[in-house]
Parts: sequence; structure tokens; C-alpha cells
Amino acid sequence: MDELISILKEIHPDVDYETATNLVDGKILDSFDIISLVSEIAEQFDVVVSAEHMIPENFNSAQAIWNLIQKLEDDE
Amino acid sequence: MLFTSYEFIGFVILLVALYYVLPKKAKWPLLLLGSYVFYYFAGWKFLFYIAAVTVITYVAGLLISRNKVRADARFAELKALEKSGGASPEEAGKEARKRYKESQKKKRRRIMTIGIVLALGILAVVKYTNFTIHNINGILSVFGSSKRLGFLEIALPMGISFYTFQAVGYVIDVYRDRHEAQKNFFKYALFVSFFPQLVQGPISRYGDLSKELFTPHAFSGRVLERGFQRVLWGYFKKVVIADRMLTAVNALIDAPATYKGVYVFLVMMFYALELYADFTGGIDITIGIAEMLGIPVKENFERPFFSKNIAEYWRRWHITMGTWFTDYIFYPVSVSGPMLKLSKWSRKHLGEKVGKRLPVYLASFIVWFTTGIWHGASWNFIVWGLGNFVVIMISQELEPLYAKFHKRVKTDGSTAYKTFQVGRTVLLMSALRLFDCYRDVPLTFKMFGTMFTTWNWKSLGSGTLMHLGLVRSDYVILGIGTIILITVSMFGRSGSVRDKLEKKLPLPARWGLFTALLLIIVIFGAYGQGYDAAQFIYNQF
Repeated sequence: MDELISILKEIHPDVDYETATNLVDGKILDSFDIISLVSEIAEQFDVVVSAEHMIPENFNSAQAIWNLIQKLEDDE
Repeated sequence: MLFTSYEFIGFVILLVALYYVLPKKAKWPLLLLGSYVFYYFAGWKFLFYIAAVTVITYVAGLLISRNKVRADARFAELKALEKSGGASPEEAGKEARKRYKESQKKKRRRIMTIGIVLALGILAVVKYTNFTIHNINGILSVFGSSKRLGFLEIALPMGISFYTFQAVGYVIDVYRDRHEAQKNFFKYALFVSFFPQLVQGPISRYGDLSKELFTPHAFSGRVLERGFQRVLWGYFKKVVIADRMLTAVNALIDAPATYKGVYVFLVMMFYALELYADFTGGIDITIGIAEMLGIPVKENFERPFFSKNIAEYWRRWHITMGTWFTDYIFYPVSVSGPMLKLSKWSRKHLGEKVGKRLPVYLASFIVWFTTGIWHGASWNFIVWGLGNFVVIMISQELEPLYAKFHKRVKTDGSTAYKTFQVGRTVLLMSALRLFDCYRDVPLTFKMFGTMFTTWNWKSLGSGTLMHLGLVRSDYVILGIGTIILITVSMFGRSGSVRDKLEKKLPLPARWGLFTALLLIIVIFGAYGQGYDAAQFIYNQF
């Protein structure tokens, strides 16, 4: 989780990712940010986030992103 | 049957009345029938295209859904078999099940691809064949050949870009398991052809629209009233502002040799107003009609001209098209195998900074190229799309510079800076739209250049504005109309304007207001050249 938070901090340093629950719906992360995030996740966690997972629900909070990574790791 | 024709208004009144009179079971079939009748009036031949796209995507969706159900059942069965020890050696184990799952997914992917290629193939043939021939002929002439290919005589079916995208989105969503496929062919046909949004969108998602589309809605005076208010607001924008502005815009762009310099700036501003009023007005009519039937349709605009930058503007203008491109092109392209490989390669060889950006920028380029060509099969639209790409990329690259600037100069919340940002958005977007106006790439560049080389501001005062097909009263109407548009838009920043009116104004006052709006539309609508509003009203009696 800490690794994920540090990736997120690199994208938007001023967001409190522990509490934020509307990263996509609140327009904090845009599509460019999501792609940067996904490619970082691919690098660091060795999981492929495909387009079908790219829905707001999976990216609205750090926890949701973390759950997605866990799920993809389980699927591997 | 144009939205602004009497036939259409009569058609909508009849349809809405029938919708509420007919029994529950007949409501959605009525909408399907109505949608096909509406489309029939656009040209009976066009019915074949919409029917073909509907059949192709319906079958693709159904096959994907069926495969998914079968594969899930078999997967569960394999799991159970292994637990009870009854699985064959090839089928036992997590790996074997994973292989099975993936092989089935591949099958679904193949069905989706065939469906998309066929549906988009129809669009490609009718929309892009002549553009391709035109370019081939150009290449032939460059190489000195006198051979020329003949053009296809094919009319572009109304709304085909919209309903094809909607149908393709449906197939992808079924593949992505966002929802099941619609088994009832006729219900699906209604989703593709729902008449208010057939001509110019919004491009709805099945998951958003379907439930309410097929639900029989009981009559509600309030729903009808609110829908009607929205329709009226749309007609005001369309016939009082857009259709009036159109006359001057056409006069200016039809004579580029005469109207240079400051007049190009006028084209920018006039066309921004015309397009905004035309498109958002049309969507207001669409959403309003659907609302009258109790069906909520996704919003397509969110006060776009109040955006801080172009990227934000594109999140607020033609929203359903933007999200379509993001979900179905930008994301899949960005995370596709080759793109991830490119990302790895470029990080290694070109450094972290470039490596991170290259895939995103390449995917953006593809999206903007497609956005351009989706708008029209000609180079001016492609250059317009790529122009947007360039501006967005430049502003991305300048972000560190902006950050430095904002550290030194505190602009947070300052009205002056916000106004500057809004002004910049309006100017940039309007300048790019010149490609849409002049429809010729070299001419557009030339005309844009004249704004800086031909200083003819003074000539504005010599009455040239009165030679553009508009008289003084037209400009007064346009001026007041624009003020009303901006005021309503600002009023709507904190929520629905209609909600506010409902809370603040008693019913008679509200009706008074909307009757006034109706009268304004009837009296001040620009009903085509050669008519003046007074004559038109007189003819009605």
C-alpha cells in the first residue's frame, strides 16, 4: 500500500490519499494520470491493468486501487 | 424531419400523448415505432443502415453474453469436479482452469472484434470512401498520372456516426461484462434508434439508458412541465440565436477575399456563439423530449466555456463523445501490449521522463486524429483534431512552468486570473474552429494570418456589419440573447436552473416566464432567409 501511495504522491503530491474517496469522480485524477498510474503499477507490481478495469469505481480511492492490484495479483 | 420543423413538433406532441395513453406494455414498442418513423422521414434507404448496425451488434452482444454464461458455468463445474475428485487430469488444477478461462475470453474477444469491424465497416464505407478516393487521386496527380478514380454516389445516412458509436460501445461493454446483452431484439433496436438522440447524440451507454427506456412511465405533470421547459430553452438557443448567427457567419466565410483581418476574429466569435447555441440547444431539445417521456438522458455539456484550459474544456463539451473516446480508444490503446512494450523500451532508452509520456502522447495522438476524422471526412477536421492535440500537449509540457509561476504569483481564486483563463479557452477553441468554418486547411492558415497582418478594425464602424444579412435589430437580439445565455450559465453553476426557479418562483410566475420564452421563440426566431419573423407569424393566422 505504501508503494502505491508513493506512486500516487508522485502524480499529485498535494492530495491526501488516505482519506480521498473521489479521485476520479472529483476530477482529481484525469485520464492522463490514470494511464501514468497504470503504467507505474505495471512496472512496480508486475500486474496488467486492462481497459476493462478502468472504471471510476476502481480508481476513486487508494484503497480501491489497492484492491484492484490485489485482485489482479490473485488472478495471475 | 428537422427538429425545427412543424412536422417534428406535431410528431413529438402525438408521440408523447400516445405514450401516456397507451397501456404499459405498448409504451416502449411505441417509442421504437416512433423512432423508425422519424428515421424513415430522413430517407427510407437509411433504414437499411441502421437495421444492419443493429443486427450486427445485437448478434455480437448476444454471442458474447452466451459464451460468458456458458464459460462461467463450466468454470464453476470444473472447480466442483476437482473438489469431488472427478476432474480429468487435463482439467484439474488452477492453471488448467485459468487456461480455459483465457481461451473463452479470447473467443469473446474475437466475436467483439468481428462485430466492431463490421459495424464500423459500414460507417467507413459510407463516410470515408470518397475521402480515400480523393486522396488517392491527389497522390496519382502528384506522380503525374492522368488516371482518376470515380467517386461513389452515396449519401451519408443521418446520425450514422452517433448510432454506430453507441452500438459499438454496447458490444464492448458486454465484452467487458459491464452488463448482460439485451436478449429482446426489438428492445435493443430501440436503444440504438431512440429518436431524440439519433441526430446528434448524446452517445448514450446501454447501462445508463436502458432501464428507464424500457420502463413504462406513468403520466406526471411535473415531468412533462420540466421536459417542456428544457425543450423551450433549446429552441430559444437554436432558432433565436444559432440560426440568426448562421447568416452572418456564412456571409463572412463565403467571401474570404473581402472579409479578412478583424472579420476573421468576428468569424471566431460569431461561430463560437452559433455552434454553442446550435449544439447545446439541440441537446436541450433531445434531453427535454426524453424527459417529457420520463427518460433521463446523460448530459452532454457542463458549461464548457467556463473551463480553465482546453483539457478541461474537452471534459465539459460533448461529454459523451469525449468519454466514449477515452473508454474505448484512449484506455485500450494506452494499456495495449505494444504500448506497454514501447513504454518499457522508451523508459530504458530515452529516460524516465520521456518514457513515461511517450505512450500517453501516442495514444492521445490516435484519439485526436480519430476525433477529427469522426467529425468529418476531410483534412480540415483532421488538422482541427490534431490542433487540439498539440494545444493539450503543449499545456501538459508547460505545467512545471505554470507551477513555478503560480508559486511566485499568487493567483488562487482571483477573479481576474479566472477571467483570463476563461478568455484564453474561448480564444483558443474559437481559433481552432476556423478549420471547421473555412473547411480548407491552407485557406484557414492564411485567414488566421490576416488577423495579424490586415489592420482593418476601423472598417467595422463603417456599416459593414449590416451587409452580412443581418440588420440592427438582429444584432440587438443576438446581444441580449448572449447576455441571457451567459447569465443562465452562471446561474447554473451551483445546480439546475429549473430547480432554482421552481423553488423561488410560484407556479403562475414560472408559467409566465416560460410563456414569455415561447413568445420570444415564435416572434424572434430566425426562420430561414427570406422570411422575417413578423411575416411568418402573420401567415399562421
